Amino acid sequence: MIGNDRLAVRKTYKLYVNGAFPRSESGRTYEVTDAKGHFLANAAEASRKDARDAVVAARGAFAKWSGATAYNRGQVLYRVAEVMEGRHVQFCEEVAAGEGLSASKARAAVDAAIDRWVWYAGWTDKLAAVLGGANPVAGPYFDFSTPEPTGVVAVLAPQQSSLLGLVSVLAPVLATGNTAVVVTSKERPLPAVTLGEVLATSDVPGGVVNLLTGDAGELGTWLAEHADVDAIDLTGAPSHRAMEFEREAAGTIKRVLRPPVTEPDWTADPGLARMTPFLETKTVWHPIGL
Amino acid sequence: MAGMTHVLDPDALSDDARALSVPLPPYRDVTRSDSAFRAFLHGLPGVDQVGAEARVAQLGSRSIKTTSKAWAIDTAISMVDLTTLEGADTPGKVRSLAAKAKSPDPTDPTCPRVAAVCVYGDLAGVAREALGDSGVHVAAVATAFPSGRASRAVKLADVRDAVQNGADEIDMVIDRGAFLSGRYLEVYEEIVAVKEACGDAHLKVILETGELVTLDNVRRASWIAMLAGGDFIKTSTGKVSPAATLPVGLVMLEAVRDFRAATGRQIGFKPAGGIRTTKDAIKHLVLINETVGPDWLHADWFRFGASSLLNDLLLQRQKLRTGHYSGPDYVSVD
Repeated sequence: MIGNDRLAVRKTYKLYVNGAFPRSESGRTYEVTDAKGHFLANAAEASRKDARDAVVAARGAFAKWSGATAYNRGQVLYRVAEVMEGRHVQFCEEVAAGEGLSASKARAAVDAAIDRWVWYAGWTDKLAAVLGGANPVAGPYFDFSTPEPTGVVAVLAPQQSSLLGLVSVLAPVLATGNTAVVVTSKERPLPAVTLGEVLATSDVPGGVVNLLTGDAGELGTWLAEHADVDAIDLTGAPSHRAMEFEREAAGTIKRVLRPPVTEPDWTADPGLARMTPFLETKTVWHPIGL
Repeated sequence: MAGMTHVLDPDALSDDARALSVPLPPYRDVTRSDSAFRAFLHGLPGVDQVGAEARVAQLGSRSIKTTSKAWAIDTAISMVDLTTLEGADTPGKVRSLAAKAKSPDPTDPTCPRVAAVCVYGDLAGVAREALGDSGVHVAAVATAFPSGRASRAVKLADVRDAVQNGADEIDMVIDRGAFLSGRYLEVYEEIVAVKEACGDAHLKVILETGELVTLDNVRRASWIAMLAGGDFIKTSTGKVSPAATLPVGLVMLEAVRDFRAATGRQIGFKPAGGIRTTKDAIKHLVLINETVGPDWLHADWFRFGASSLLNDLLLQRQKLRTGHYSGPDYVSVD
């Protein structure tokens, strides 16, 4: 039996980039506190070079992830939900501490987050049927459209909802076959750090998801301008910077998902609104044989 | 100093810089017999491998930023031997590589051109025609590249063929089998013969350091190549791993430094294989500056044998120019 005088094991978490857990290249860390201001852990404060490395990793992982069959992607994502379930208690503690929720409300948020992940996992092999299809054309062609992933998506995750919000913006990017560079909530990064550990121990290939703890205002501009990022979700951008990021993103004609005025109720039915922005429609004209 | 002349210009070659059947003084007699040559090569100072690794690790930690980085990137681009050495090379691929060599970044006319295009001998003519008078050299690999396993007659025919096709630089491989079994004079004589077959073409001698096992061997092979009249010593074919590592580069650079100090003739150095990023390239530039000095910081004396390096250099160059990160969509696919 260990007494109460046991020395606390203080944690300094790291980033999750390319399937590994590096420190920030800058060496920076910052203190993460709970809703009442008590110290929880140290988190790595990602720099622009970490963002650059994450984009390289996401680009490298794109061919394999986007090339996997939709069925396989669904299985891999479902496996993530299974591992999340195993970390349920840890997620609950981190969400409760970070968001200042009661145990029961935290549990409800974690349950909703895992259910949300499963819901998106189910969509992988249904998107083509719902969003694509055969087009009637005036000629001897079989003409059909299929949705294809956009590429590397930078995601500025919600600042308030640290797990349900994160899952709600990340899972649709993955389900559609994109790879992601995520800047987590700055003040409440711990559920994202744990999600990184979940991803590392599930079947998601390294580089498909890269989690950067740090400041969305600082990293957002580098990601918005980055020529090898194909789309950016500005949900967690500081409201006074979102317009600026959108303008920077226009320089390389990125897809931009604009931030809501206030952070939405993440428990609401998400619909397809977070998947369609990161899909490109490919239309094929196939000559009909005799 | 005779050795300081611009050896890429055949007219500028001084007599003693041409291939000689005997080495430059003070080494005239070291090749008089097998045993004398062996005694000379084994008498070269031994290499402290741990010391070499520590030295390059320390030099590799230098931080090169802003204007220095911009200079380093442009210098590195101008030193690239843009290489394609695949069985699947086609005239079309060589032509597109030549176009890229002349104008690496078509969106920016201030981007320097590369030093040379490096191809197999049979495609040297295509490269020569595509490059015209752009000033980009045509380098061809010869002597049964990459293994070097062919008879002397075949190797020399290979060289003459490449020169006839328009190559003005020949990258030969040494006979590693002969070297490793101690037949140093044979290696030497072969290089001399190849140099003669090159005529006015510039000769780069590939040591294939990944097969030489020790740094002591790298130093010995470097000396053989320099004594035999090679204009450049080159680390690797790019077909064997490890290729151009920094400790190997350090040893070879020390060899060219010592050789110039003793004979007055300056020899170039070309690391090839495994140099893929701007960071690797800058580490090599630092290594040169600190080992042999700025005399070698020019495309006449230093080359990178690389294919993917150029794109990374261009991406970094675009980053410096535009202020934001670029991506592989903004450079040509080789």
